[in-house]
Amino acid sequence: MSGKKGITAVFMNGIINENPTFRLLLGMCPTLAISTAVTQGVGMGLATTFVLVFSNLVISLLRNVIPEKVRIPSFVVVIATFVTIVDLLLKAFIPSLSQSLGLYIPLIVVNCIIFARAESYAFKNPPLRALADGFGMGFGFTLAITLLSAVREVIGSGTFLGIQVMPAAYHPMAIVIRPPGGFVMLGLLLLVVNAVIKAVDKRKLAKAKEEIA
Amino acid sequence: MQRKLIVASSPHLRNEGVSTRRLMLDVVLAMLPTAVASVWFFGGSALMLLVVAILSAVAGEFFYQKHTHQKVTVSDGSAIVTGMLLAFNLPASAPWWIAMIGSLIAIILVKQMFGGLGNNFMNPALAARTIMMLSWTSLMAANVLPHAGQWLAPQTVDAVASATPLGESPASYTLWQLFSGDIPGMLGETCKLTLLAGGLYLIIRRVIDWRIPVSFLVTAFVLFWIKTGTIYSAESGSENVLYQLLSGGLILGAFFMATDYVTSPVSPLGRIIMGVGCAGMLFVIRAFNPSYPEGCSFAILFMNVLTPLIDKLTVPKPFGYVKPAGSAKEA
Repeated sequence: MSGKKGITAVFMNGIINENPTFRLLLGMCPTLAISTAVTQGVGMGLATTFVLVFSNLVISLLRNVIPEKVRIPSFVVVIATFVTIVDLLLKAFIPSLSQSLGLYIPLIVVNCIIFARAESYAFKNPPLRALADGFGMGFGFTLAITLLSAVREVIGSGTFLGIQVMPAAYHPMAIVIRPPGGFVMLGLLLLVVNAVIKAVDKRKLAKAKEEIA
Repeated sequence: MQRKLIVASSPHLRNEGVSTRRLMLDVVLAMLPTAVASVWFFGGSALMLLVVAILSAVAGEFFYQKHTHQKVTVSDGSAIVTGMLLAFNLPASAPWWIAMIGSLIAIILVKQMFGGLGNNFMNPALAARTIMMLSWTSLMAANVLPHAGQWLAPQTVDAVASATPLGESPASYTLWQLFSGDIPGMLGETCKLTLLAGGLYLIIRRVIDWRIPVSFLVTAFVLFWIKTGTIYSAESGSENVLYQLLSGGLILGAFFMATDYVTSPVSPLGRIIMGVGCAGMLFVIRAFNPSYPEGCSFAILFMNVLTPLIDKLTVPKPFGYVKPAGSAKEA
């Protein structure tokens, strides 16, 4: 399906149709662990996007050089390189974010979104398409994790980006920013997002039918 | 069918006229004295919490089932039981919205989303209580001193700091106070007199199996006896068996929570394992975890999750069952 689509379609694919979080359910570990505050969600999303874009590009460029048998170790080397770069950059320039994300930045190495795109897309497609796919998937992931962390931060701490948004009388529902709340909120968000997508698809289908008739 | 004596081969099922509705009505009936006692001890705010919790549970079930185009099963009364149990797990000082949100969590998130009555993997009221406990710890743990009889004075409630009398030492309550319910605590867990009466009623009506509460209480008795060494003495504070058995949610849990049909094992042996396991977990949490003086809800939820495994392990052997020839080698 990826053969004839334009670059924009490849990019949009990662945001809606194959959104790594909402449609493919990949990368759940950082999604659940990090999404307790919006700043962390955005930070994690952008760090992953950076790694994803460059690993996709490099793997796509090297796809004719890497032997089929050792492709997984090669992916690891490429991905780990960019994760190390992100890790050091964050430590140098945004130490507070680096501290709050902690272990989860090095853990991007084993993020299955990046592996999945390397294996199923970048290894089989030319660099420009791989780049678009990396951006699309990265932004799709960033959007999803930001949405989840916004919901969790507002309900769980009554704040957004650290600023109090709920009235003073609001008692934050603390479980939402704890691990069990993460699972529950992710499930509820999946429900809402998929219901919306379904409704939109239905409307599109009805419109198409009308045009035919 | 005029004959009273029917000769039939086993199994002897006694399910004439037994319906979910009748069972739930019996449970409500068994819980009513405790509800009255909670209003007696904690005043109008207890009544308000009970009403809000029951109404939101019923309304939540009704609107969820309407919205998802399912058969509306509000009339089976299970939502009433859930709402009532939930209110029993709230302190009298809890604001009304906690009762409402709690009931909605119990009915929609824990029960309906897993498929409705019969498919929930945890006791809805307990799961909701735990969610609220972890969310609004200060509001949920603030316990209210009882004001026996002065039940139109809800505004003058005094909150005490400890979660249950278990958190206090030395104990400042007599056995009679613990038994009659004249102690701070959640609405429905304080009055052991009405709880035991209700539990007994359910056992006699065969609504619940005696195995779970009895094995629960006996195991708890033995474990605390081993730990404290005394059955009762006024000087030992909370460090004696009777004090431990009569405080916190143990009695409420043993009769009304652990016996939930959906989330407890089916086989007789499984039910005993359930009771023993609940008591064991409760003991571990109370005795070794300083941050939670009370662990009854966690203990029961833990065993709820183990229930399918217990059921699998305790499938009764059919009469005359012979092991297949090959199985000896495999084992």
